[in-house]
This record gives sequence, structure tokens and C-alpha cells, in this order.
Amino acid sequence: MTAPAPSGGRAGLRVGPLAGLLPFALYTAVFLFVPTIAIAIGAFVDPATGGFTLGNLGIAFSGIYAQGFLTSIELSILSAVVPGVLGLVIAYAVQRSGSSGLRRVVSTASGTFANFGGVPLAFLFIATLGSTGLVVGWLKAIGLDPYEHGFSLYTFSGIAIVYLYFQIPLMVLVITPALEGLRPAWREAADNLGASAWQYWRMVGGPVLLPSFLGSLLLLFGGAFSAYATTQALTSGSLAITPIQIGSFLNGNVLSGQENVGKALGLGMIIVISVVMVIYALLQRRASTWLR
Amino acid sequence: MVAVTTPVEIAAARPRRRTPGGWGRRIVLLLAGAYFLVPIYAAGAFAVSGPDGVDALTGIGGKAGFVEAFSLSLSLTLVTTVITLLLMVPTAIWVHLRLPRVMRLFESITILPIVIPPIVLIVGVLDAAPGTLKATPYLLALEYAVLAMPFAYRSLDAGLRAIPLTTLVEASRSLGAGWVATITRVLLPNLRSALLSATVLTVALVLGEYTMASLDQYQTFPVWVVVYQQDDAHVSVAVSVLSLVATWALLMLISLIDTRRLSRARNS
Repeated sequence: MTAPAPSGGRAGLRVGPLAGLLPFALYTAVFLFVPTIAIAIGAFVDPATGGFTLGNLGIAFSGIYAQGFLTSIELSILSAVVPGVLGLVIAYAVQRSGSSGLRRVVSTASGTFANFGGVPLAFLFIATLGSTGLVVGWLKAIGLDPYEHGFSLYTFSGIAIVYLYFQIPLMVLVITPALEGLRPAWREAADNLGASAWQYWRMVGGPVLLPSFLGSLLLLFGGAFSAYATTQALTSGSLAITPIQIGSFLNGNVLSGQENVGKALGLGMIIVISVVMVIYALLQRRASTWLR
Repeated sequence: MVAVTTPVEIAAARPRRRTPGGWGRRIVLLLAGAYFLVPIYAAGAFAVSGPDGVDALTGIGGKAGFVEAFSLSLSLTLVTTVITLLLMVPTAIWVHLRLPRVMRLFESITILPIVIPPIVLIVGVLDAAPGTLKATPYLLALEYAVLAMPFAYRSLDAGLRAIPLTTLVEASRSLGAGWVATITRVLLPNLRSALLSATVLTVALVLGEYTMASLDQYQTFPVWVVVYQQDDAHVSVAVSVLSLVATWALLMLISLIDTRRLSRARNS
């Protein structure tokens, strides 16, 4: 059903209805686009002379800052794919259980945990997997001290485990509507035509879910890529990922002449996520041709 | 008739034949439950192991700075929620009703705050905002409304897709109701659970946001938790656990009330 055009006429957009978007457009322009443009411009400004320079970007994409980007991207890919798959499996298990009570507990828990992060989350894991944590204590009791096998909560692998705590719920939250969109009739039709479970997932369920699954992975990548507070709290800034490096610029740890490198790093982060989004859009276009 | 009913019966019988799959499901749920609950238990046990014992949990209200930080966070929550709802609800309704052509564009704009990380956004905000705005903590609320946009829009979008929007609006309008009456008395009651989930996600976001608040140097509740950690880690951990469990309980309560109201509406 389409909205009735009040005065009939052509299919093109008229100015009238667009005026309804004005408050939203203004708000987004002022509080989202202006700050973003300020970063984009600042990244090219020489703080000493106020003139144009590529020096900020040169610093932002070399040395420790280039390494920061690499670590950030590695961590974010790992923290998108692993919780993406785990979240899908959990959401599917919950949906198939058919228990509305379980579904309610999981959906409310997902909303809560997906927004949980930062220092409180760091506390939870220090108490659990820190060197004197509860689970580490249990493992020591059976002779398996993870800290003697190269594990540490305060390094890359530890951080990746902590990120699961908000990434899995985020995945459950965003993939559940897509799972609910898989109509039971499709499964029944496939069963009646003699398809195995594998054939159903490969030829029906999988292709239908794929665009939502990829979209959710993108969200998870974004969530992990921009996470600042959790890592800051756990490592006190010793794991050099880009958000931490930007944070240290804001906290005033700046060499003279490098005041705008933080903005160049910010621009770099925006570029990385934009590239991921373009790849996603291309993939989704391919996926949606299968759906037609 | 037999030919019609038999395939249905077979399909219905299938899940029961796959009971081994039920074990896989249980193991998945059990492991997930353990991963999410053990850290809560561990932190709770640490919180009450301090010199104050259980008082670490009950005496939080009296700690220095807690009341100021918590009430600042509450007022930010209120302002953010009002801005988010006033901005997103009419716009989402309008786009669904009159501008389905720009829906994709609108959707991609609402997802932008995920593309632009909070840490990057606050750099730009502190650079571009005039001094008068920077002097007030409510600059944070204005930005939180931007951060809440992706979650709020997704909830509202799901709600709007689930109701016969055009029919409701046409019926209301042709019975002589104005736009305000149509929105407040016809659409909003039908969108109750979507509004609820948009609100809850916004509240959870504001009560937990640390990055922007700390870099803008205002002591909101999450920032206070970090600062107080230096005085008494047991109290900080206790607050962390309590805030997580309390948010979850609140969400459960809202969801239970919502379901009860829905089923009563269906019965009457």
C-alpha cells in the first residue's frame, strides 16, 4: 500500500512532504555533520600557521599510529566474526526453544548487555579472569594456570574475550528479527520436497539470512572499532589501538605541532568504517540479486 | 482431505523426531548463560569481600559525589529521551507514511552515528561547539540523542512496519481528527512497545556512556564510578554489578507489564 498523494499528480518527490524532514535534517546537520566536517578540515590544518598541510595525515598513517590502525582493524575483525557466529547460534537456539519466557529473558538481557561496557565491564572481568580472578582460581585448582600459558586479560586476546560480552548480545539483538523472518512454511516446503537440513540452509535459509548477517557483522565491526572505555580501563592505554591514541590527544598528551594529529586519526577511523560500509553495500547488492 | 493434512502432520512431527538437536540447543544456552553470569557472580563476590562486607552494596547512596553524579546522569537521561522521541517519532512516522522513497536514505543517515565513533565525534564537537554550549553538561544530552538515533530508529521502524499505518491514519483523518490527535491518540498507543524499547535503549545508553562524558570532563555516573575506584574499589565494583542487574530487572519489569497489558487488551 502506498501513501495517498493529497493532490494527485506525478510520481516524483514534491517539496511539501520533504519539509517534514526539516527538524531531523537540521538536528543531524548541527550535531553530527558540523563536528564531522570540523574533524575533516582540522586534519588538514597546520596548528602553527593555520595553513593547509598534509603533515598531520602523514604522521597519522605512519609509525605507531599506523600500527594502531592495524591492531584496531585486526581486533575489530576478530570481534565481529567470532561473536557474530556465536550470536547467530545463540539467537537460533533461543528462537527454536519456543519458550516465550526464555525469549523475554534473552531479549531484555541483550538490550542491557549490548550497552554495557567501559569500566564496569572491566571490573567484571578483572574479578573473573584477572590474575587473582574467580575463574583463574578454579583453573589453578585443577592445575591449569592460564597466566603461566601466556594468557593475560590485559592483552589483545584478553580484550577480545571481554568484547564478546557486549558484542554477542548486540548480535542477538540485531539478528533475531531476521531469524523471525524465516517463515516456517519455507522449512516445511523444503522438507516436503525432500531437502536435507543442510540443503535447506544452503539454498533457502542461508541466502535469505545472508544480507542481514553481513549487515550485523558490519555493526559489530563498528562497535568493536570504536570501543574506547573498556580497553582504556583494562589496559590503562597500553594496548595501542586508535581510539586510545585519539583519547590521549584529547587528554592533552600532545607534542607541540601535533595538535591536529588526533583529528587526522579520527578522519582515518571514519575512512576505515566507510570502506567497510561500501564493501558491505556491494556484497548486499549481490546477495539481494539471489533473493529476486 | 487426507492428502492435504498429511504433509502438515509430517512437518509438525519433524521437530519432535529431532530431539537430539534439543541437547545441542541446551548446551549452547548453558554455555552462553555461564559466560554471561559467572562474571556477574565473580564481581559480586569481590564486592562483598572488602572490609565493608555487604555494606559495599547497601551504603552506595552515602558515598561522596554519588548523589551529584547520579542526578546529573538522570537529568541527562531525561533530556536525551525527550529529544530523541520528539525528533525521531514524528520523522519516522512521516517517512513511513509520505516518503517511502527516501526511506533507504533516511535509514543510512540514522546509522551514521555508528560509522562515526563517539571518540571521534567528541573531538569534532569540542572543536566546533561555541563556548556557551561547552560550558553546560547538556551539550552531552544533545550528542547522546545523536548516538541513540540508530537504536531508536530501528525500534520505531520495526513498530511502524508491524501496524497498518496508512489505514489507521486515513481512518483517523476521515473521522475528522487533526494530525496531533492522530499521532497521540491513534498511532502512539499502537506503537507502545516500539516506543518502550526505543526509550529503554536510550536510557541504557545514557546511563552507561563514559567516553564522551569523561573527555568533556563532566562527572556523570559512569565517570564517578571510575574516579571513586581509587578510594574504594569494592564500592566501585558493587556499583557496576548493581547497575547492570538493576537495568536488566527494569527491562524485564517493563516487558512483563507490556505483555500483560497486551494480553488483557486481547481478552477484552
